[in-house]
Amino acid sequence: MRYLPKSPADREAMLREIGAASIDELFAIIPEEFRLTRDLAIPRQMGESEIVDHFQAAAARNANGYASFLGAGAYRHYRPVLIDTIVQRGEFLTSYTPYQAEITQGTLQAIFEFQTMICELTGMDIANASMYDGSTGAAEAVMMAIRVTGRDKVLVSRSVHPEYREVMHTYAQHQGHDAAEVEYMREGAQAGRVDLAALEAAVTEETACVLVQSPNFFGVVEDIPAIAEIAHKKGALLIVSIAEALSLGAVRPPVEADIVSLEAQSFGVALSYGGPYCGVLAAKEKYLRQMPGRLVGETKDSQGRRGFVLTLSTREQHIRREKATSNICTNQALVALMATVYMTIYGKQGIKDLALQNLAKADYAAKSLGQSGKLLFAGSPRFHEFVLETSETPKQINERLLEDKIIGGLPLGKWYPELGHATLWCATELTTREQIDRAAQVLAHAPALAAR
Amino acid sequence: MAYPANYRYTREHEWIEIDGKTGTVGITDYAQNSLGDIVFVESPKVGDKIEKGKVFGSVESVKAVSDLYAPVSGTVTAVNEELANAPEKINTDAHAAWIMKIELSDAAEAEGLLDAAAYEAFVKEETGH
Repeated sequence: MRYLPKSPADREAMLREIGAASIDELFAIIPEEFRLTRDLAIPRQMGESEIVDHFQAAAARNANGYASFLGAGAYRHYRPVLIDTIVQRGEFLTSYTPYQAEITQGTLQAIFEFQTMICELTGMDIANASMYDGSTGAAEAVMMAIRVTGRDKVLVSRSVHPEYREVMHTYAQHQGHDAAEVEYMREGAQAGRVDLAALEAAVTEETACVLVQSPNFFGVVEDIPAIAEIAHKKGALLIVSIAEALSLGAVRPPVEADIVSLEAQSFGVALSYGGPYCGVLAAKEKYLRQMPGRLVGETKDSQGRRGFVLTLSTREQHIRREKATSNICTNQALVALMATVYMTIYGKQGIKDLALQNLAKADYAAKSLGQSGKLLFAGSPRFHEFVLETSETPKQINERLLEDKIIGGLPLGKWYPELGHATLWCATELTTREQIDRAAQVLAHAPALAAR
Repeated sequence: MAYPANYRYTREHEWIEIDGKTGTVGITDYAQNSLGDIVFVESPKVGDKIEKGKVFGSVESVKAVSDLYAPVSGTVTAVNEELANAPEKINTDAHAAWIMKIELSDAAEAEGLLDAAAYEAFVKEETGH
């Protein structure tokens, strides 16, 4: 869809055609008090060279050249240049959601390949064409489970990303279902994982689904087979949310889950201050008809040639109105394409190798930084994130690190006050050994006042 | 296609054949014809309690998904498993391809339903010919 500017003559011709004397007459239906009668308060237009200067100056204010140990659902990974070369092709960049199979075979094929790769990655039978992001994907998965089971009670682990939970509660509030939270283990061999005994006590015949994240918000891998058994015993579905897609290169896919909700940002999508990202829903085939969103199918044309179509859209909002499975009526086609290109470039072995590299970096970082504090949940398996508890406050540590151009771990107190001075750290393939050593050094040299 | 005289009909285009306390329910030939190629039938489960006028399932065609409305209240005693793999049987013979059997909880409810002649007249009125 191209942007077509209109000249005054075009406007007049259009007004004449529809029989309106003026633009004001066209908007007469809008009550006068809601009409803006002055010009918009926007600065005068800039010349091209001014615009370039303006944005260069703005870019210079960015925190360039910093080492970052932030993760928590948004991950720094290398983006091969090929990704942008492909997604910037006009055929992909400017096309809107592909309603018309006749003219969008390329887009549909790319989405079909995305769905296929996601199925291979997650161990599920079906995947849709993508959702907005990992958080809305998880919330949609919950609503899907409610439709499948006909039950309306939801259990979510507190080790799920706090912002994912917030999004889910926002949906729940307006959909009228009831979402309760289950605690995670604070101590013992299972520390950092969902409390299985508490979960077992909370699941009833009225539970629609159990939602967990793995690796969870603390970076800890959950015991999916055990959780699945607890949920399934009472006829509840298990939804596994995965905020770090790359973890699937090292962690066994959650094949016991009924629905998998994934954030695919790690696969070649820039951090971009939080979005657009790429959510994914994958599930067992028997739940196909309750899956929200777009789904591309492979078919044959009248001459027997391979082709692609949007399929099963009869349950979508533009056809089924208020009875639609969801109000999502689109997908993140371009961002999903980035993920598709990324998965193609790295391939199965490449993603495994990369995941192991992340694992090794995080392990080294945990050992180095762990010298200056206590690693929480250290007994449980984890991917590339870890929680560090320190005697200094996270603010003190992070301020000192910033002086050294290092962005430290994410303070967890806001969501988990019980964890005290805990921070969540992440290391990826882009984190260098030198950066880790430097951060460890800063942490180890607390000023005298804050010394333990 | 003729509408069987021993069936009763709803204005939402379901038919029911009542035999004592048992009712067999399907959709009418007019309904299948309007929907086009049917690709999926969402049936209730045996044991489900359904209520007259309320949705008990849906039929999906290549064009649309339509809800199924219960002609009478009762408990589901059987569902036509054949439709799971061959939903097109509804297109072939809508008045034979039943969707569910129910045990009626109140036989008097059936009295308000249309007979074949009244249903045919209703369809004519709705389509305008």
